[in-house]
Amino acid sequence: MRGFESQLLRPGDWLITGLAASAVIALAMLAWRSDGATHVRIYQSGKLFAELDLAAHRTLDVPGPLGLTTVEVAQGRARIAADPSPRQYCVRAGWLSQSGQVAICLPNRTSIELTGSKPRAYDSLSY
Amino acid sequence: MTASATDPHAQTLTATAADLRIARYAAIAILLGVVEAGFPSPIPGVKPGIANIITLVVLWRYGWRDAAWVSLLRIFGGALVLGGFLSPGFALGLCGGLCSLAALGAAQYLPRRWFGPVSLSLIAAFAHIAGQLGLARLWLIPDNGIVRLAPVFFGAALLFGLANGLIAARLLRPAPEYAEETAI
Repeated sequence: MRGFESQLLRPGDWLITGLAASAVIALAMLAWRSDGATHVRIYQSGKLFAELDLAAHRTLDVPGPLGLTTVEVAQGRARIAADPSPRQYCVRAGWLSQSGQVAICLPNRTSIELTGSKPRAYDSLSY
Repeated sequence: MTASATDPHAQTLTATAADLRIARYAAIAILLGVVEAGFPSPIPGVKPGIANIITLVVLWRYGWRDAAWVSLLRIFGGALVLGGFLSPGFALGLCGGLCSLAALGAAQYLPRRWFGPVSLSLIAAFAHIAGQLGLARLWLIPDNGIVRLAPVFFGAALLFGLANGLIAARLLRPAPEYAEETAI
C-alpha cells in the first residue's frame, strides 16, 4: 500500500507544521508581551509626592515652583494634563500606559513614572 | 596534475561517482544561492533559503553525509562567489547551517511513511534560525532585546521552511512511470 508516500504533506508533516506554528505563536506572545503598568508614581522636587493606582479615575494637582501640575489617571493610563512649564514637553508626552514610561516637567520639578509588576530596568531617575 | 610520471610521490585522485554527484548538487545549490541574493529582502537576515531544497533532496536520496557535504560546499562556495567569505553574515549562515545539519542528523531517523520532506525542511529551518539568533546574541548583539526579533525570524522560518519542504516533496514525489528519467 502506497498511501502517504505520494502525498506532499504526510500526517507527520501536518503534526510538525502545527507544532511549528504553535511555537511561533507562543514565542510571539512571550516576546511581545507588553508589561502593562499598574501604578503611577508622582515625584515633586525629587521626592515621592504620591503613588496612585491606575485603575482609579482621578485628577491630582501637584504644586511646584511655577504653579500646579495636573496629573490625570484614567482607564489604566496616566498623563500630565496641564503644566505651567513653557515648552510643555511633559504634556505632549501624552497618555502613558507601559511600565517604565515617564513624563518629566523639568521647570516645575515634577515627574510621573509608571510602574508595573516587574522591577524597573534602571536604578533611579534623577534630575 | 602537473606531476611527471617519474615522480615517485605522484598520486592520482580519482573522483568517485559520489564525488561527482555531490559536486553537481553543490553547484546547483550555489547557483540557487546566487539567484536568491539578487532578490531584495524586506528584513535583513530573512531569506527564503531555496538552496536548502537541494540539501533536502540529497538527504532524502543519498543520506546525511552527502547532504552535509552539499550544504557546507554551498555555504563556503556561495560565500566565495558572492564575496561574503568570513564576513559576519557568513559566520551567521555557517552557524545556522551547522545547527541545521545537526538537527537533520537526528530528524533523518523519523519514519518516512509518516514524516516527509516537509517535516525535515521545517526542522532544518527552525534549527537554522535558532543557530543564527544564538550566535547573533552571543557575538554580534549581546543584548536580550534580540528576543523581540525572534518571532519575526521564526515566523519566516515557518513560512519558507514549509514552502521549501513542499517544493522538495514535489521533486521527490515517486512517479513510477518516469521516475528514472526525471532525476535531477
